[in-house]
Amino acid sequence: MSTMGGLGQMKLSVYFLTIGLVLLSLPCGSYTEIQSKPPGTVTALPPVKHAEGPQAFPDAEKSNLPVFTMNYLRIQVPFEVTLWVLLASFAKIGFHVYHKVTFWVPESCLLISIGLIVGAIMHSVHEEPPAVLSSNVFFLYMLPPIVLESGYFMPTRPFFENVGTVLWFAVVGTLWNSIGIGMSLYAVCQIEAFEVQDINLQENLLFATIISAVDPVAVLSVFEDVSVNEQLYIVVFGECLFNDAVTVVLYNMFNFVADMPEVEPVDVFLGVARFFVVGMGGLGFGVIFGFVASFTTRFTSNVREIEPLFIFMYSYLAYLVAELFSISSIMAIVTCALTMKYYVEENVSQRSCTTIRHVVKMLGTISETLIFFFLGVVTITTEHEWNWGYIMFTLLFAFVWRGLGVLVLTQIINPFRTIPFNFKDQFILGYGGLRGAISFALVFTLPDSIGRKKLFVTTTICMIMFTVFIQGISIRPLIEFINVRRTNRNLDTINVEIHSRLMEHTIAGVEDLCGQWSHYYWKDKFLKFNNRILRKILIRDNRAESSIVALYKKLELQNAVEILDTVSGDINAAPSIVSLHKEKKGSGKPKRKFVAADLRNMHDILSKNMYNIRQRTTAYTTKHSLPNDSQTKEILIRRHTSIRRSLRPGSFHGPDEAKSQKYFSLPSGKSLDSKFPPQRLRHTGNGDDVTMSEVDYPSARSRFDQPSRSSSRAMLPLRRLNTLKEMPSSSVVDLVDERSGGRGAWGRGMSRLNSSSSDSRIPAPRRRHDPSNGPGNGSSGDHRPEGEEQQPLSPTPAWAAEPGDRDDSGTQKPLLMPQWNTRKPQNP
Amino acid sequence: MGALQSLPDEPEYREFTEKTGFSFEQIGILHKRFKQLSHNEDTLRRADIDTIPDLACNPIRTQIIEAFFDKRNFHQNGDGTVQEIGFEEFLVVMSHFRPPALNMTEEQRENIRREKLRFLFNMHDTDNDGTITLEEYRHVVEELLSRSGALGKETAKGIADAAMLEVASISMGHMEPDEFYEGITFEHFLKILKDIEIETRMNIRFLNMDTTTLCKEVGGTLIGENGLVLMTGVDLSYC
Repeated sequence: MSTMGGLGQMKLSVYFLTIGLVLLSLPCGSYTEIQSKPPGTVTALPPVKHAEGPQAFPDAEKSNLPVFTMNYLRIQVPFEVTLWVLLASFAKIGFHVYHKVTFWVPESCLLISIGLIVGAIMHSVHEEPPAVLSSNVFFLYMLPPIVLESGYFMPTRPFFENVGTVLWFAVVGTLWNSIGIGMSLYAVCQIEAFEVQDINLQENLLFATIISAVDPVAVLSVFEDVSVNEQLYIVVFGECLFNDAVTVVLYNMFNFVADMPEVEPVDVFLGVARFFVVGMGGLGFGVIFGFVASFTTRFTSNVREIEPLFIFMYSYLAYLVAELFSISSIMAIVTCALTMKYYVEENVSQRSCTTIRHVVKMLGTISETLIFFFLGVVTITTEHEWNWGYIMFTLLFAFVWRGLGVLVLTQIINPFRTIPFNFKDQFILGYGGLRGAISFALVFTLPDSIGRKKLFVTTTICMIMFTVFIQGISIRPLIEFINVRRTNRNLDTINVEIHSRLMEHTIAGVEDLCGQWSHYYWKDKFLKFNNRILRKILIRDNRAESSIVALYKKLELQNAVEILDTVSGDINAAPSIVSLHKEKKGSGKPKRKFVAADLRNMHDILSKNMYNIRQRTTAYTTKHSLPNDSQTKEILIRRHTSIRRSLRPGSFHGPDEAKSQKYFSLPSGKSLDSKFPPQRLRHTGNGDDVTMSEVDYPSARSRFDQPSRSSSRAMLPLRRLNTLKEMPSSSVVDLVDERSGGRGAWGRGMSRLNSSSSDSRIPAPRRRHDPSNGPGNGSSGDHRPEGEEQQPLSPTPAWAAEPGDRDDSGTQKPLLMPQWNTRKPQNP
Repeated sequence: MGALQSLPDEPEYREFTEKTGFSFEQIGILHKRFKQLSHNEDTLRRADIDTIPDLACNPIRTQIIEAFFDKRNFHQNGDGTVQEIGFEEFLVVMSHFRPPALNMTEEQRENIRREKLRFLFNMHDTDNDGTITLEEYRHVVEELLSRSGALGKETAKGIADAAMLEVASISMGHMEPDEFYEGITFEHFLKILKDIEIETRMNIRFLNMDTTTLCKEVGGTLIGENGLVLMTGVDLSYC
């Protein structure tokens, strides 16, 4: 009989879910006329129907040996969870079919709406929502991914630049809101007309705490779209993250207090003390686990396949251990993520790094999606207790206290900020205080001992609906209307890059000079400490792994470099004559001039190679999307084709081995490591992933040291290299194209360009591996001299084509010259 | 200048306030620092600045120091460098880094912007011919990367070259094959850096409180911990 019951239950829920899916496909279809989309959702239906199809049979054949049995109860929970997740995910697909919808209406609104519809269906068939969202499930499984995601993708540099303001708003602001709203509501509760006198102060405070957890996912995505100024962005981002922590701490405290019959003054002090213990404890645990995780990844190079697991396990462990001691687990997991991210991403392989990011993002997103979805469902299916007075006053107070809080708190913090918040910023800051997933989950998981839980749930849902729908939808037009200061995030030129650095160093220098210390000073100190101690301990040293792995890597690298060398050797043969001319001219002070065609071509190439810079600026903040890989892939493909093509023309490997060795060996007395930052080896471990990896995540590492004041050797160079590393690849492609298509003026320009660009870049990888690898030297480093060898022999057709150019070829190729000049002395 | 050595003189300060926009307190603090650096002299020499330990690890310290002795940064007409600067010049150079006021007109913003960029421009343009030539650019980039170990001069050159090309293509747009790009003029400099919000970024928060001694002590111990820089006479005498 129990199976019967199970079956009946299953029938119902499957029925409902099928309806849900069907329903889901409806809005998809109606959103747009795009035909390609609906099939995606429609095809998802059959599997569900399959599951439901055979269900009729077991009843019929109740014989001795069941040929076909079902045990739904056994799989019920994971089955339903899976379907729920799937349903929510389909919803997300659906929204993006018609992108204008998500442009104007925040995704959370849409999710809630879908949830409402599903809830309505469930209600009509008298189906209860699964009890997935219990307190334990929420705190142990759904909350950690959300905060881990926020912590892991926190833009580090702006965060530390604004850390004071962020914490100020998160901690003091949340306290302000909780206490303010709580007290006001308590006052309102004394009015008899509202019939809520039974809500005591503790419960009011508890509820106010829940209500004051802001969760501006929608606001953040709008901020990203309109690229609002960085200070505002990071304050909202950081506030929402840390105020979750504060809220949960307060929630637990008040939850405890709400049970107490009466509160004595000493309890208040204990509460304050506990607040700090909890916060600081979380911080401490987070840092400890972060470092342990970083340290562990030093040794995972042999077990790449489970590398990402360490990150998740350690973060989760930090969370659980913090829970165990009842300290702030959110704080712990966030600090853990912040601490380990930098070191871990240097230690793990590129693929693991990608995996980590994707999984963190995925888990966080799905968790949040589910909560919003449930919010919609629950709104319909639970019993509500509607109390106009209480709900309206809650809305009012939440709004007023938030506004007041922002005003007052900015007045206090502004004198300490380099760039104070103006009124527009403050307005957006206050208006952006949407309530969201956390509030809902907290209120939903309230213990039943609280008498007016239903009222609280209803009020919270109203609050969330109100803020998410009204404020969430109106914030985009508002930002555009009042014209908030914006930051141009598309700083994609080398010059901007250089000058940002220049400026930062200048500021740091002048700060030293005038004896004023700001965060640049502390950052400088931290970087020093980091380089001298932390990195040594936490980051895998290349030389340390003197095993087969190291040898393998070297061979791989050698292989790759050899291929690259052949390519550029091939190319350099053509324009090298230019350099000869140039050298004869000596080192007078020639006018540096550029030919326009060269400039254009080079700019093309440059802009192609700007991908990673652009990515660095866009990749880090998007809450719900991952960095776009397509560009990198393109580069990778280009490089592969270029290598393949250039291999065909044949190799120049010839008699210049001696020369090449001399040229490419390191200056004596310098260790390999002093020349090359350890990070670079990491990429090479992946064989063909080399190019990919370099472009893919420059952002991760460079973010940390962006405004670095004393350019630490290990951190600064990396991005520079990355920026330019790609040069050869695309230029190579172009050049090869040119060559095959006959050499015109264009070809000349390109090749000239090439020599200069590849000159300056190619040596990097080569040098890196040469000295470490004696026997490989000859074969790997020999392309360069070839170019030089060829110069005297054959002036290339490119030059012959335009003899008139020849005399001032020297002056025309200023870019090319210096590289050759400097190289010559080493190459006697 | 003699008066400055004793107690701060109100009229003197007022004049500076008008000229540089610093508040009295800020001027007082900066003056203290000035005397600290110059060993209570009226003027500051390069050698005095050279001894600041924190500056030692700044890759572009020479440029920074030069900027303080560059007449172009004194808001006066004239160019070239001087051997020593008085407190007034010191203040004027510092005033380039004053944060802008909260509310300012578009015109003021543009002026501040130009002023700050001019400061950077002057750091590049060492021979004061109004353009940043490729060599000058390269020099700065090399310095900028000089602490980065792994990057050789070649890379620095490559970066500078690429940057220069970029400037040329941005500022000149379409160029005929026989046209040449001489160097970055200030107008071009403004153009290429128009996206970088310099007026909100190139700022130093000049405190109204005197934190010099406090910071110095903390800083001193930190430096000691790292075993990096020995405290020099200047700082020791004031710790």
